[in-house]
Amino acid sequence: MLSQDSNLMLEINDLHASIEDKEILTGVNLEVRSGEIHAVMGRNGSGKSTLSKVIAGHPAYVVTSGTVKFNGENLLEMEPEERARIGIFLGFQYPVEIPGVSNLEFLRVATNSRRKELGKEELDTFEFEELVKERLSVVQMNPAFLDRSVNEGFSGGEKKRNEILQMALLEPSISILDETDSGLDIDALRIVASGVNQLSTRTTATILITHYQRLLNEITPDFVHVMAEGAIVKTGGQELAIELENRGYEWIEENIKKINL
Amino acid sequence: MSFKDCVPQWLNSIKETNNLYVEKIRQKGRSNLNLLDHPNTKNENWRLSNIKRLENFINLPFPDQAKFDYQNKYPIFKNIPKNILQIKIDSLDNPLESLVLPEGVRALNNEEIECYLGHTIDRCNSNNLWPVAINEASTNQVIGLEVKGNNLPTIELVLAANANTFHSTRVLIKVREKTTLNLNEVIIGSSKSSQSNLMEIIVGEEANVHHGIIALGGGNAHLLTNLAVEQKEQSNYSLIALQKGWLFSRFEPHIIQLRGNAKTNLKGLQISTGDDELSTHSYVRFDGPNGELDQLNKAAANDNSHSIFNGAIQVPKVAQKTQAAQLSRNLILSKRAKIDTKPELEIIADDVRCTHGATISQLQEEELFYLRSRGINSKQAYSLLLEGYYKEIISMLPLYSERWSFLNNLL
Repeated sequence: MLSQDSNLMLEINDLHASIEDKEILTGVNLEVRSGEIHAVMGRNGSGKSTLSKVIAGHPAYVVTSGTVKFNGENLLEMEPEERARIGIFLGFQYPVEIPGVSNLEFLRVATNSRRKELGKEELDTFEFEELVKERLSVVQMNPAFLDRSVNEGFSGGEKKRNEILQMALLEPSISILDETDSGLDIDALRIVASGVNQLSTRTTATILITHYQRLLNEITPDFVHVMAEGAIVKTGGQELAIELENRGYEWIEENIKKINL
Repeated sequence: MSFKDCVPQWLNSIKETNNLYVEKIRQKGRSNLNLLDHPNTKNENWRLSNIKRLENFINLPFPDQAKFDYQNKYPIFKNIPKNILQIKIDSLDNPLESLVLPEGVRALNNEEIECYLGHTIDRCNSNNLWPVAINEASTNQVIGLEVKGNNLPTIELVLAANANTFHSTRVLIKVREKTTLNLNEVIIGSSKSSQSNLMEIIVGEEANVHHGIIALGGGNAHLLTNLAVEQKEQSNYSLIALQKGWLFSRFEPHIIQLRGNAKTNLKGLQISTGDDELSTHSYVRFDGPNGELDQLNKAAANDNSHSIFNGAIQVPKVAQKTQAAQLSRNLILSKRAKIDTKPELEIIADDVRCTHGATISQLQEEELFYLRSRGINSKQAYSLLLEGYYKEIISMLPLYSERWSFLNNLL
């Protein structure tokens, strides 16, 4: 999806972030342009999920230095809801269950807040039902899940489909999908990946956070980054993901040690 | 004025009755009031209560007429759909005398009331409760109903109180075997009102009773509600109770499975704001094997309010194979709010599956963040989460979607 007229959407510069006084991100640098798909890989605890939460504005994380800009605007000054409204979407690794809150109503309120930002008319219950039924096909989701509480009693796969359904409704500019492939069987993975592919355009960008190559067989990234100890330590193309699959993360970490020596 | 001084005065202010069975009930109430200790904080059952507020409870005169215009306050009561039998109960007139009851619903006569009344209270160990004695001492009439069949309308009992007055109501419902009953009891308080409500329900074999209690106070209203339910074998009894807006509210549901082999489902929600004190003191006993209980009591305490839950469950030796689950889930929404919760299981039988637990927390940060990450502002996210928390209980009220969904906006 790369094209010559790609715009710089997300610009992360020397980002440091902590939680409860423990530094997790130790200097992340990353640029994402429209039309691009980036994969971020790395061991557990390397800082991948923290990076996604800091971009989305999770209040538990404190940015101690560095900048994050989205279309030139300082993202770090914005509340999480403002970031979502201007087009940043975080697909959760563990989507939260919210008993008593109807999934349909939640999706409608969320969609309308994004539509308002885009200058589109807000949708009433009936109009929204039409839209959501149409978008359900992107992830082949059973409409029965709309009548249930948000993610309550959903299987792992259903929760991930619900995340991609939200992505389809919110039409974000940049989607950060945190381990969307975890807990999915092959069929569910294909459905979710197909949904992401359908929603990727020249004007949008995607960051896939994953441990495994198998998601990247379904969604072809333009760049693959490896994170270790809170920073991106290596960047390459899809061949890097294949090499990681074959050689593991130790190979990268040994390389870092050699460079540091 | 302390109870010692004000109770005799209050008893003297009760108008005489020429109804013999009512007089019998009153005598029983009076003698119990003489025997029982008045509520005090040294008594475990009242330890957490604001006794001063309870003293105010009986310092109000009895009403001369029912004049509270609750229909203007809650317009829903003006509109009575065909599938609802609405019975307005005040402490003065007998509403059954002016109502044409549908097939399957019958008013019990005085002899029948005398025969059945008090039976369930005895079984449920409610006789030694001070609020029951207060109710009995002030009884003016008993509304007695027998219901039978599976095509009954939903019965909606409306118990509304005038401002600055004391109301005492007593209801007895006998649900015949294999009957399905939806019952909503709507208790409406008004400025400085006091209400004492006592209800007995006999649930026949293989009967299904779905009972909602919607207790909406307002303006320094006080409420004592006692409920005694006896369940026969193979019956299902489900109670969904909401308390909101009472300066003082104490709800005491006592439920007995007479021979076990029955199902009981108790769901409660207490929403306290301002200076409210809301409490639930439930008691469930299994007098036979294979009984089931699923109990969830929720509270959300805001401002300076206080929410209390005491949940006692007794599983004696005869109650083998009982399955009981009790959970008290509480949200504390302000720094000054207070929550006390005490789940209490007493198990003598050795082959049972019983669980209990209690949680007190604030709104979950992860849930708030999830909603905010979808563009929903923090205020709206907070409201949605609270609405969801409440809806998990109130959506189970009989006729929720047709009649009670407006509560979502009210709460």
